[in-house]
Amino acid sequence: MNLQPVTLISFGYFEKDFLEQTAEAVRHEFNCPVNLREGHIDLSDYYDPARRQYNGNLLLKQVDSMSLPDSRKTLGLFNVDLFIPILTFIFGQAFLNGRCGIASLYRLSNERYGMANDDKLMLERLKKEVIHELGHTFGLIHCLDSACVMRSSTYVEEIDQKNIHLCSDCRNQLAGNPA
Amino acid sequence: MAKKISILIVDDEESVRESLYSWFIEDGYRVECAENAKKALTILESDQFDIVLADIKMPGMDGLEMLRRIKAHKQDSIVIVMTAFATVDTAVKALKDGAYDYVTKPFDPDDLTHLIRNATMQISLSEENESLKSKVVSLEHVEDLIGTSDAMKHVLKEVESVAQTNSSVIITGESGTGKELVARAIHANSPRKFFPFVSVHCGALTESLLESELFGHEKGAFTGAMYNRKGRFEMADSGSIFLDEIATISTKMQVELLRVLETKSFIRVGGNKEITSDFRVICATNKDLKSMVESGLFREDLFYRLNVVNIHIPPLRNRKADIPLLVDYFIKKYCLSMNRQQVSIDQGALKRLQDFNFPGNIRELENMIERAIVIGDGKKIGLKDLPLEKSVVSSSAESLDDFEKTFIMQILTKYNWNISRTAKALQVDRVTLYNKIKKYDLKPADQQ
Ligand SMILES: [Zn+2]
Ligand SMILES: [Zn+2]
Repeated sequence: MNLQPVTLISFGYFEKDFLEQTAEAVRHEFNCPVNLREGHIDLSDYYDPARRQYNGNLLLKQVDSMSLPDSRKTLGLFNVDLFIPILTFIFGQAFLNGRCGIASLYRLSNERYGMANDDKLMLERLKKEVIHELGHTFGLIHCLDSACVMRSSTYVEEIDQKNIHLCSDCRNQLAGNPA
Repeated sequence: MAKKISILIVDDEESVRESLYSWFIEDGYRVECAENAKKALTILESDQFDIVLADIKMPGMDGLEMLRRIKAHKQDSIVIVMTAFATVDTAVKALKDGAYDYVTKPFDPDDLTHLIRNATMQISLSEENESLKSKVVSLEHVEDLIGTSDAMKHVLKEVESVAQTNSSVIITGESGTGKELVARAIHANSPRKFFPFVSVHCGALTESLLESELFGHEKGAFTGAMYNRKGRFEMADSGSIFLDEIATISTKMQVELLRVLETKSFIRVGGNKEITSDFRVICATNKDLKSMVESGLFREDLFYRLNVVNIHIPPLRNRKADIPLLVDYFIKKYCLSMNRQQVSIDQGALKRLQDFNFPGNIRELENMIERAIVIGDGKKIGLKDLPLEKSVVSSSAESLDDFEKTFIMQILTKYNWNISRTAKALQVDRVTLYNKIKKYDLKPADQQ
């Protein structure tokens, strides 16, 4: 086990249980300790009134500036609608081979698609999204294996299609590249 | 991995370059950026790029002029132009001047993915896919298809021969025979194996839900639909779609399905844009579709389109020789997943299992083994751990099954679906009752 922790920083309200279960999934997948922290920033600084969304590039930089030196990787968890200038939305993003990433719960809820609420499914999606973005920080790029968590997903239905785990190829790459 | 596809991004806005750069890097492309057309042309003099993604409106030389120069220099370059607004005129001009395609900023992540994928297909990725395709030599991912009986060997042989084709397949067989496993095996051994296997349980969905499930919906299609939803056909692009319980779909859906199979295109609920998808269809049913066609319940034209190849999975009672192997497989599976020491099975118990009729097929056997491991002593599965004695052993299972089903339903209703009390009244344990409820798919009257 690598003893340097991954830190998850939550911004805004999240159910305690949600955070703990997500942390557990990360701990399991990357075999390292996971710390949970609460972040307090004024999100209105990142709000783009024209798009009525939050700027993912700026938030990623903010999280980067909040990374603790003893933390191996840091991931910011949000519950707001994220965008980057060129795309209509993102579920999350990360610095490839970098030290941080962000992910949002906002578009992972069934209710936003006019369907019945399903907390369990939403949590599964969040876990996958968090592991996916952390995978990028560990240097993994998108994977062609349709079951691998590193497969690119641009729709929630695609997140549902893949597993919560890294495929063996990605796992091997991770082992050979312990960033 | 074959050679990396390379992309040159040309845009005067730093945030756009940054965003696109990180997006494409995560996809595994080689990416370079240039902040103006002049710089891009300089880069292109010394370096080759498969795709150039350029903004139209830039200070100095604009994207259109750059496009013309690139094309004059190298006719087959793929240049995709980006426009800030839907300035269709400019975009059309760009297409006339040889642009591969255009996108309007900001774009949908999925559109961008598709655009680049289509472009890369045109380049060389197809070669790589071809080499991957030809790698399929022996059957893979069939470890769940257990059996050495002639009947099972025959199924595996059919899977092998049909996997390499693109034909529609209907898998028939009673409930619990493992139709989805066969469908997955076909996909896993087909050239489509690197793309999704998407399964839809048609029987579990109402007509309107099935429509949104299969075709997706656009935001605003109905109350609460804030964002677009991608349908199963779209998700199965380049892969396979598995339609389970195909016989349950309504006449209206049959018409729509036929149209989608013929055109490989459809429109999302509440949308107007035609979406195309390249999928292979595999369906399954425990009904006799042919007689449904004869009695007018299932469209004949749809039947023939689906039924290009038929793989029939025999019921477990017709391949009893496979029972010991299956028992062994399920014991290993459940001991492992429950973190228990491997148990064995008493020979007498195994013999009784082989004599049993298994109306619920492999699924019933699997449930029995799982239950036996839960309630057993952790060493050996004995006859007492198996719910065989009160079950139906005769071959006239159908009528007895009907009797049992009706009887259990009566008692359940009488006790208002209180499981403990019903189990007590029936003199069985709760697990057995749960198994029966599952087997007969019993539901409280208000849930039907
Ligand atoms: Zn990604
Ligand atoms: Zn992978």
